[in-house]
Amino acid sequence: MSVGTIWVLAEATDGTVASITLEMLAKARELSDNVECVFGGDGALVATELGAHGASAVHATGDLAGKLPGPAIAGAIAAAISGGAAPVAILCGTTYGGRDVAGRLSVKLDASVITNIVDLTNDGGLVGTEPVFGGSQLVNTRFTSDKPGIFLVRPKSFEAAETGGGAATVAALAIPDLGPSGAARVTNSFVEQSEGPKLDEAAVVVSGGRGLGESEKFELIESLAAKLGAAPGASRAIVDAGWVPYSYQVGQTGKVVKPDVYIAAGISGATQHLVGMKGSKTIIAINKDSEAPIFGVADLGIIGDVHKVLPQLLEALNARG
Amino acid sequence: MKVAVCVKQIPDPADPGALDPSTNTLKRDVKLILDESDSYGVEMALQLVDAAGGGEVTLISMAPNNEVNGLRTALAMGADKAILVSDDALAGSDALGTSKVLAAAIARSEPDLVLAATESSDGYTGTVPEQIAELMGLPSVTFAKSIEVADGAVKVQRQTEEGYDDVECPLPCLVSVTAGVVEPRYPSFKGIMAAKSKPVDEVSIADLGIDAGSVGWAGGGQEIVSVIDAPVRDAGEIIEDEGEAYERIVAFLDELKVI
Repeated sequence: MSVGTIWVLAEATDGTVASITLEMLAKARELSDNVECVFGGDGALVATELGAHGASAVHATGDLAGKLPGPAIAGAIAAAISGGAAPVAILCGTTYGGRDVAGRLSVKLDASVITNIVDLTNDGGLVGTEPVFGGSQLVNTRFTSDKPGIFLVRPKSFEAAETGGGAATVAALAIPDLGPSGAARVTNSFVEQSEGPKLDEAAVVVSGGRGLGESEKFELIESLAAKLGAAPGASRAIVDAGWVPYSYQVGQTGKVVKPDVYIAAGISGATQHLVGMKGSKTIIAINKDSEAPIFGVADLGIIGDVHKVLPQLLEALNARG
Repeated sequence: MKVAVCVKQIPDPADPGALDPSTNTLKRDVKLILDESDSYGVEMALQLVDAAGGGEVTLISMAPNNEVNGLRTALAMGADKAILVSDDALAGSDALGTSKVLAAAIARSEPDLVLAATESSDGYTGTVPEQIAELMGLPSVTFAKSIEVADGAVKVQRQTEEGYDDVECPLPCLVSVTAGVVEPRYPSFKGIMAAKSKPVDEVSIADLGIDAGSVGWAGGGQEIVSVIDAPVRDAGEIIEDEGEAYERIVAFLDELKVI
């Protein structure tokens, strides 16, 4: 049975809708006969793609004119709800923008957020599934109030699917006066050009961890990734140590990846890391500690020194041309 | 400049912990330590106060049983004082309930700037910084990879999916910092000794004017339906490197048609 209307927070870059948005639309369509999007930007830019993935309407704020998206979008959603809109749930992606919207909106509605969702089911109301302890257990949670349920959904939890629908109807979503809380302004945006595929979209990911010993050795990871057409990733330990930027982090508090092949080099497999990569189709691990938890999820595990195995591997791959 | 830093005291992540089967919340019966994620905010606060030519760094924490072990670590790094909210009524609080408590405690220190990590290492909901900002009516910038303060405003490089945004925001405001934003200092022996006598203001929710019904179990607005074991992955092939293990990787990548 269909639940009521579900709202999905749409995110896009230069008119291309983010994969997490399309993934959430696919799940929302399974649960509800009416799925609509909210979007901080010009709705006309995304209406066709959102419609093709099952959204009937997109409530769009229009150009944000430098406003930081989180407070503006949350303010607009809250205003729409107090004006009579009544979605049963609002799905936001676990992204930089999605978390801002969910946090702000939660206070405006005085409603809690169910976070880190990897599945949503209808059991007399929406129930969210959250993995804990590195994904070894799953906690199912539902809301007890009749307010709209705010869910933060992990990327890669669902498969995006086109429904063949026409363009979504664009409706105006007014941003109310935000007062001091809306005072932050984006003055410039920088795109960091990275060679090769994006971490969360790559078919192959090569990640390094503390076992590399020192930051200069991350070059081994970069070289192997380049050779395999893979994206380089990192464990939290070496992000915290400042070897690589936060954007490289795979794990509970970083990116969730589900590549065809995941190579973990010098990563012990803390629960924090496992939850971000254990959905990979095939996992290869290299670690000198035979007791390392990463071997518990590896399809091929090499008990050995990354400083020996990685250079040998690179040389062998280079020899193949 | 007065800076308030939210710090969480958590069970040691090296010991992954467990759910209490009677309540389905994390067990909190072990000794707590400073969440490493929060050491970046503490370090950033110390550096910003230095750069401003003086001020005060106040730690804000909520923990059961008047736990101060993690706070002492941050005080030893150089923070001036702490406000600790400890109250039995807080057991079972979700992120929103926690934010209500922290926001009320932060307000007592009347800061120019509030710093927090992007998420804790044990609960990782990642919503608390924005919830605090909204509760306090403050502007905010999340996911900062660098922060400068000048002319009554912060200039922040904010992490984005594609790179970063330059964001400007007037004080007072809240900023959440990513790991690696600064290199946290190790407490010196002198710092550790000094930390023992730094003030920790222990307050209850009544002191903060918070109604017990809006926090803890009662304030949650959600219920756990079930906890189940996730499917286990099949065991793979494990080999010890005798100098030729790379060949097995090459062959494996070949089978997978990656090369």
